[in-house]
Amino acid sequence: MTEPILQVTDLVKHYPVTRGVVFQRTIGHVRAVDGVTIELKAGETLGVVGESGCGKSTLSRVLMNLEKPTSGSVKYRGKEIFGLRGAELKKMRRQIQLVMQDPYTSLNPRMTVGDLIGEPFEIHPDVAPKRDRRGKVQELLEVVGLNPEHINRYPHQFSGGQRQRIGIARALALRPEIIVCDEPVSALDVSIQAQVMNLLGRLQKDFGLAYIFIAHDLSVVRHLSDRVAVMYLGKIVETGTEDQIYERPTHPYTQALLSAVPVPDPMSRQTKKIIRLVGDVPSPVNPPSGCRFRTRCWKAQEICATQEPELIDRAEDRHPSACHFAEAREIVVSHEAGTS
Amino acid sequence: MSDPAAIGLAIDSTTAEELSAGQATPTGTGGGGSTDKPRGLLGDAWHDLRRKPMFWIAGAFILLFIVMAAFPSLFTSKDPGYAVLERSRQGPSSSAWFGYDVQGADLYARVIYGTRASLLVAVLSTVGTVVFGSLIGIIAGFRGGWPDSLLSRIADIFFGIPFLLGAIVILFTLNPPGANRSEFTVLMIVVTSLVVLSWPVSMRVMRASVLATRNADYIVAARALGASTSRIVMRHLLPNCLAPALVYSTILLGSFIGAEATLSYLGVGLKAPTQSWGIMVAESQDYLRVSPQLLLFPAAFLVVAVLSFVTMGEAVREALDPKLR
Repeated sequence: MTEPILQVTDLVKHYPVTRGVVFQRTIGHVRAVDGVTIELKAGETLGVVGESGCGKSTLSRVLMNLEKPTSGSVKYRGKEIFGLRGAELKKMRRQIQLVMQDPYTSLNPRMTVGDLIGEPFEIHPDVAPKRDRRGKVQELLEVVGLNPEHINRYPHQFSGGQRQRIGIARALALRPEIIVCDEPVSALDVSIQAQVMNLLGRLQKDFGLAYIFIAHDLSVVRHLSDRVAVMYLGKIVETGTEDQIYERPTHPYTQALLSAVPVPDPMSRQTKKIIRLVGDVPSPVNPPSGCRFRTRCWKAQEICATQEPELIDRAEDRHPSACHFAEAREIVVSHEAGTS
Repeated sequence: MSDPAAIGLAIDSTTAEELSAGQATPTGTGGGGSTDKPRGLLGDAWHDLRRKPMFWIAGAFILLFIVMAAFPSLFTSKDPGYAVLERSRQGPSSSAWFGYDVQGADLYARVIYGTRASLLVAVLSTVGTVVFGSLIGIIAGFRGGWPDSLLSRIADIFFGIPFLLGAIVILFTLNPPGANRSEFTVLMIVVTSLVVLSWPVSMRVMRASVLATRNADYIVAARALGASTSRIVMRHLLPNCLAPALVYSTILLGSFIGAEATLSYLGVGLKAPTQSWGIMVAESQDYLRVSPQLLLFPAAFLVVAVLSFVTMGEAVREALDPKLR
């Protein structure tokens, strides 16, 4: 359990920005993912949070080998995934599956549920013999809490939550080790979110899955994650266990994010100190020098503009945080806590 | 003479294209019946089609036209080429249901015998245009990059050629007056020239819908599952891109019958003794006011034929869209 099954080292993905119609010149790069190092152990959940445009979805696509990275490596069980071809690539794909964000567009509208969930078996025929497939599909429908008799229905006949369950069943079909969840609940109603989250939690227990759980909602991530990585402008600014990130965050960005989480208790809400970030996320084409967060940070000083803070353990609390002035700060987040 | 099997072949290839565009589910042909049995898109589409009266009506008409084209002698015992000048432009009577044409030939017999050439030209040109154009469109849209630019520019070149002028040039070159080519050869040359000049539109139609579908989430999902390119194209891309091409092809069918008529009228297309609706419509125009039946009868057949294909295309398109079911 301690050996990491997925090792991501210095992953960089830049998209060229071109100008011109016939003769295209590259005038810059969108630094969507800019040096991300994470690792995932078997059976654990790594939450990745960050606001829109910080490179979370690009990270998921590169991890799925849907896009080639500019540099860096992703190793699955010690094997570099980007060099794989043909049968080896197919074998790797079996082990890493994807649940997409929007359940309304991620299912082919012209395929029945049976065909959608059965497709992984058709692509990887060695997983299940032909005559067992229908049974397997119905089994999967049952596992994700859908009626197995709905095998002949089309996606448009289901609600958003049910469609996301179909997506999860499809990802589950090949019994993968890792499922990359790219904001799997953000398109759903809050009440349905909880159901899908609980389903994901139960499946993890039953099948020993490891999740990379990407979301912009901190409370959603906390519910499932063992470890959390906070992303800002293509870089990871702080990582640690769920407890470290949520109870003792040291990076100002994490603190700002956490302070924005709505608190259901009106008493503690009044005493809560909200950190309001001003301005927008800087353009990833031309990120600020030094610390990328310095343009919106209240602690920023001279050194932040010149020297990029490394993601290392800071004295305050023993977990990596990329801030020169990392320090703990009391923040009200948990539903129970009410101090200020 | 052209062989009647060619028509059947043309029809077959249309349906085959629709079939392959759906999905090759092993259980597809079984149709409805029990709800428990797994079905695919095609099975459901067939199940849906069977309950549509418009499908059966259009199908019956198309079948009738096919039989008419294959065995015209079943419908009339007269010879369409036998003309007696003294009965020129006589109106409909019990001896000649549709009357006689300018030359005094039986109009009904001519319409019946004209079915073959008209349908062959229309169906073959439509199938050729849509299949070839769609193929190029899929390649251009799916590959993107320089193949797309190259193919699009080539399409633009063909797009820029005026239709009639281009057809006249091609036909004069391949089928100069005086060259005694067989009826079937002339027909194929006409088909070829129509396809060559009209594929860019269907290529554009297909390319546009491929571009709109190419980056859909479900295609990304299929890639993440490890699906091959051919699988993505056949099972995900084509079924979702087919509707516009199908609609366009039904419109095209009618316009090709008209185009064949124009070319025949200009003397570069089919020539007598070949019979075709287009030739008859073209001939009738000088006598429109005095003998309107010369226009009305062949035009009526033409309209019914085009309408049947349009209705059939519409029914198939609706059946292939689960949301409209």
